[in-house]
Amino acid sequence: MTAKVTEEEVARVAELAHLQLTPQETGAMLHDLNAILDYVAELNELDTAGVAPLAQVTELFDANGGELRPVEFRQDELRSSLDRSTVLAEAPETNGAFFKVPKVIDR
Amino acid sequence: MEAGCGKGLANLPREGKVRLSSEAKSSESYVEKPTTIQELRARISAGTTKAADLAARYYDRIAKINPHLNIYLSLTKERALQQAERVDALAAKGDPLPPLAGVPVGIKDVLVMQGAPATAGSRILQGYRPPYDATVVSKLEAAGAVLLGKLNCDEFAMGSSTENSAYGPVRNPVDPERVPGGSSGGSAAAVASNLAVATLGSDTGGSIRQPASFCGVVGVLPTYGRVSRFGLIAFASSLDRVGPFAAKVRDAATMLGIIAGHDPKDATSSAAPVPDFASESDKPVEGLRIGIPIEYFAEGLDPEVRTSIESGIKALEAAGCTLKPISLPHTKYAIPTYYLVATAEASANLARFDGVRYGYRSPDSDTLSGMYSHSRDEGFGAEVKRRILLGTYALSAGYYDAYYLKAQQVRRLLAEEFLRAFAEVDAIVTPTAPTPAFKLGEKTGDPLAMYLADIYTVTASLAGICGVTVPCGRTSAGLPVGMQVLARHLNEGTAFRVARAVEAAQV
Repeated sequence: MTAKVTEEEVARVAELAHLQLTPQETGAMLHDLNAILDYVAELNELDTAGVAPLAQVTELFDANGGELRPVEFRQDELRSSLDRSTVLAEAPETNGAFFKVPKVIDR
Repeated sequence: MEAGCGKGLANLPREGKVRLSSEAKSSESYVEKPTTIQELRARISAGTTKAADLAARYYDRIAKINPHLNIYLSLTKERALQQAERVDALAAKGDPLPPLAGVPVGIKDVLVMQGAPATAGSRILQGYRPPYDATVVSKLEAAGAVLLGKLNCDEFAMGSSTENSAYGPVRNPVDPERVPGGSSGGSAAAVASNLAVATLGSDTGGSIRQPASFCGVVGVLPTYGRVSRFGLIAFASSLDRVGPFAAKVRDAATMLGIIAGHDPKDATSSAAPVPDFASESDKPVEGLRIGIPIEYFAEGLDPEVRTSIESGIKALEAAGCTLKPISLPHTKYAIPTYYLVATAEASANLARFDGVRYGYRSPDSDTLSGMYSHSRDEGFGAEVKRRILLGTYALSAGYYDAYYLKAQQVRRLLAEEFLRAFAEVDAIVTPTAPTPAFKLGEKTGDPLAMYLADIYTVTASLAGICGVTVPCGRTSAGLPVGMQVLARHLNEGTAFRVARAVEAAQV
């Protein structure tokens, strides 16, 4: 967990996150990520073997004697939603029916 | 609908390069205590104040003060005045008025209002006008509130000083050379300078409580799930909460009572009944057991903040509370845990900003993937990119177990520690932040130093419990200090009671 991040890894992660970093940005991010990862390495001091991960907290309310949210599914029925033209009006580019984007495949 | 006031949204600096002009006037001229909700409603009911006149007076004050403090990003005048006229018409007929009739309220710019700009403090949402209202916005208006406009904040609510806003930092009304805290800096500063009677903010790791402390107002972290997040621009979904700011505890409790409750449009919202928080806050504190966690008074706490909080604790004892020293030994792991969980979730939530459906699209690319990455690179600021990268890294193949999973395990340890403590005490009190408001620019060069401003607030965020920040004295330089009152899940009423007692003691 204390392994240093390399410049190649920053570039790879940026690619995964669809971020186009300039060389200066890559350098700054490399420095910051390493500083932050050094800091979070503190968690290694804790033995968490056998501890179930906590992804969300509402399960705790019960453990605490609080009121649990009843599982209540809504009826599966048609409802009105936003008008297509209202939504498309916010898009950078449309053809009136769909969002338009640059070419996906070159041929 | 008017676009920006003070600053034109179109010609903004690229990011973070905002000039910190030293045009600050004498500071106290910005600070003003708003009239309470109860009093305003009484005046509007009696016809001695017209809601429309009140709204106009607030817009005048905003026009005067906003250019100095950069609190509002946009105003929703037309909608506000229509609402005010509806309230005045009700009052003229002698009809019973709703609980927030005519009360001027500001909304953090991470919550959407139909047709009004919603920037989340980011360039990537520049020009976006959402086609719907957040549930909390609808609830406030149904209760008679007059919504004045959208409040400045850190980009996507990521920050502790509001310096990460693409639209320039907010200045603290108490001392304009200092930050208002963040990320809901605009929401806290608006109440402190009476540019709204109450406001809404969002809190992921301290973003309501810490700015409330820095600006000397009341801020509420409701229990996770207590308030609908439909229409909140998401940052970290297992942590994000919407909550109110007000000058007085009772007003904050009134606001929470109105926005709380289950929402069919938010599956994470709780179906637990919503008590009358304002009445809950009226109850005496005598006999309540108050926990004082030693870890929150250790190294790193400013001595003047400590003195103020200790005076607040003495006031609680004098009011009949029993004090009990407690220990929360995992506290020191909260910041690393928080930054792994929050950034991992943020990296997923912010994937939606891709230049396709709304907001900014870079003109610089003729391929789809190039358009994504250019739009995101030009649209996001440095802190947002840093967090997306950290989150993506922590979730990537080979690192998931070491970082994200580990953090979720420690999160359970932190949460269970609070549950054990609440078996013995009714509320826990701590400083909200280790220092009073710091200077603009003081921490912008060091992300880790900025993260540590949240050291006392991220624990409750991770555990999902509720809390209230209440003003608790000032430093010798006159800077506000806030006490954080924490209570178990769904026990906001207890936190309000304790906060009322601190407020009443005028520490």
